[in-house]
Amino acid sequence: MADSIQPYLPEEIKAIYEGRYGDNVIITSVDKILNWAKLSSLWPMTFGLACCAIEMMAASASRFDIDRFGAGVFRPSPRQSDLMIVAGTVTMKMADRIKVLYDQMPEPKYVIAMGSCATCGGPYWKHGYHVLKGVDQIVPVDVYVPGCPPRPEALLDGLLKLQQKIRRESHIRRKFEASV
Amino acid sequence: MFNNIFKKQRYYFDSEGLLVVDMSPSSAVHYQEAVQAATQDAGFSGEDMVINFGPQHPSTHGVLRLEVVLEGELVKKVTPHLGYLHRNFEKHAEYIPYNEIVPYTDRLDYLAAMNMNLGYVLAVEKLLGLTELPERVEYIRVICAEFNRIASHLMAIGTFGLDAGAITPFLWAFRDREKILDLFEWLSGARMLYNYIWVGGVARDLPDGWVEKAKEFLDYFEPMMVEFNNLLTHNHIFIERTAHIGILPADVAINYAATGPVLRGSGVKWDLRRDQPYSIYDRFEFDIPVGEGMYGPVGSAFDRYWVRIREIEESVKILRQALDQIPEGDVFEAIPRKIRPPAGKEAYFRSEAPRGEIGFYIRSNGSDIPDRVKCRSSCFVNISLIDEISRGQLVADLVINIGSIDIVLGEVDR
Repeated sequence: MADSIQPYLPEEIKAIYEGRYGDNVIITSVDKILNWAKLSSLWPMTFGLACCAIEMMAASASRFDIDRFGAGVFRPSPRQSDLMIVAGTVTMKMADRIKVLYDQMPEPKYVIAMGSCATCGGPYWKHGYHVLKGVDQIVPVDVYVPGCPPRPEALLDGLLKLQQKIRRESHIRRKFEASV
Repeated sequence: MFNNIFKKQRYYFDSEGLLVVDMSPSSAVHYQEAVQAATQDAGFSGEDMVINFGPQHPSTHGVLRLEVVLEGELVKKVTPHLGYLHRNFEKHAEYIPYNEIVPYTDRLDYLAAMNMNLGYVLAVEKLLGLTELPERVEYIRVICAEFNRIASHLMAIGTFGLDAGAITPFLWAFRDREKILDLFEWLSGARMLYNYIWVGGVARDLPDGWVEKAKEFLDYFEPMMVEFNNLLTHNHIFIERTAHIGILPADVAINYAATGPVLRGSGVKWDLRRDQPYSIYDRFEFDIPVGEGMYGPVGSAFDRYWVRIREIEESVKILRQALDQIPEGDVFEAIPRKIRPPAGKEAYFRSEAPRGEIGFYIRSNGSDIPDRVKCRSSCFVNISLIDEISRGQLVADLVINIGSIDIVLGEVDR
């Protein structure tokens, strides 16, 4: 086995490694291993609404590189994604589309409300007759990222907060709650 | 049916029975013509298929919805549906004072916030009759507007490459755009929406060392554009994909009142910075790039892209002159304490934003809140061309056509 994995190592070093790392057992809990898998590959949906979408693109582009946190695989379809980043102003006309998109996503699914508009209506709170005052009126939001627009670092921070949240999830409790 | 496709002599079998494919640059057009001829000759009228393109689609550049009528793979009709990002700019402007509208103009065309600021502020200054501004303010405004034009065009060409399937140019464009955003952040404190250009002045003076850093950036940036051109512009695959589609003749562009790179891509030399100079644009030497039909007919998607590339170079030229000439001075001295134009006055001012002419019509009612603000959006006009340039082409080229117009939905819906 060692030969096939590391054929380039010299013989004396191979002798040291021999049998050392083969046939090991890792003991962990179901929650931990499932949560680890979930939080390390949050695939967001390519879903930009307004100005914040540009900062979301910047977060995925060269300098900030959201791929470092496993969330860089932007999927064009809601059926393949775990995370909806609501980046921008949610208008009344767009709101029911967002609800449909959210319903199309498979479980487990998470929502980040990016920017003031998606959080509470932002600058359009007072006179915006066509602006929904916060996306949490139609879909459940996990993490709110403030700012107009938030910096890419703020989005990354929101992503890390979401990962912390996922790390605390319990599948047994979730199943129990669902059955109740 | 197959005979019709092959009768253009793009594919044939030689004497030894091998398939020979003509890969000349015009083969894309002939392929489309061949498909059209084949569908007509086969008598395929079929039933039209209506598909919904957007509002959640990765290549609609926002929340645009297109209703596309297809016959097979050919586009028969495209109808854009708007309003998914209607953020009530004009209604807002009837509730808040003149100077508080400036942040909302940021959010019209959020990729070129400085140009939007400038257009609105110049309209208010025209309403107030405020013509004498400090020299330094004028220079700072031009510098900001041109830097933002570069940033906006970088975004446009990067995402245009993305639409064509090239991912690397997008990352390169963003790398350089981030450097411009750094300069803006140093200047105004914000990365995208600046609220920097105020009525009668600017929000802050240039920080110490800003001019030197800006010059350093230009020195860095010019070779980068050469590299970018080598990577994407003169790439054979990219040319084949873009140079023969979305052809917009000059007369159609003028009839639709298209502006900006969409108009200039069709070969019309019209730029407000030269033809109706505002601010201090008449002091600088620069060219107005127009579409030349370098790899195909004039007015193609490639020409619109090429105009953007050339405009970046012209902006660099303007910036070098402006950064050399900028005088010392006080930037706050002309800012009016109170903006209260007399009742019943009205002003319309148009300026050249990266995507075309942005015009603001303002009517006053004697208070510090305007009676009415109307925004003439260039993207709104340009998106109406999508039917004209996409009809009769393949549905795969529709994405390229949208990308070549380079819309920003914040400005379309306002």
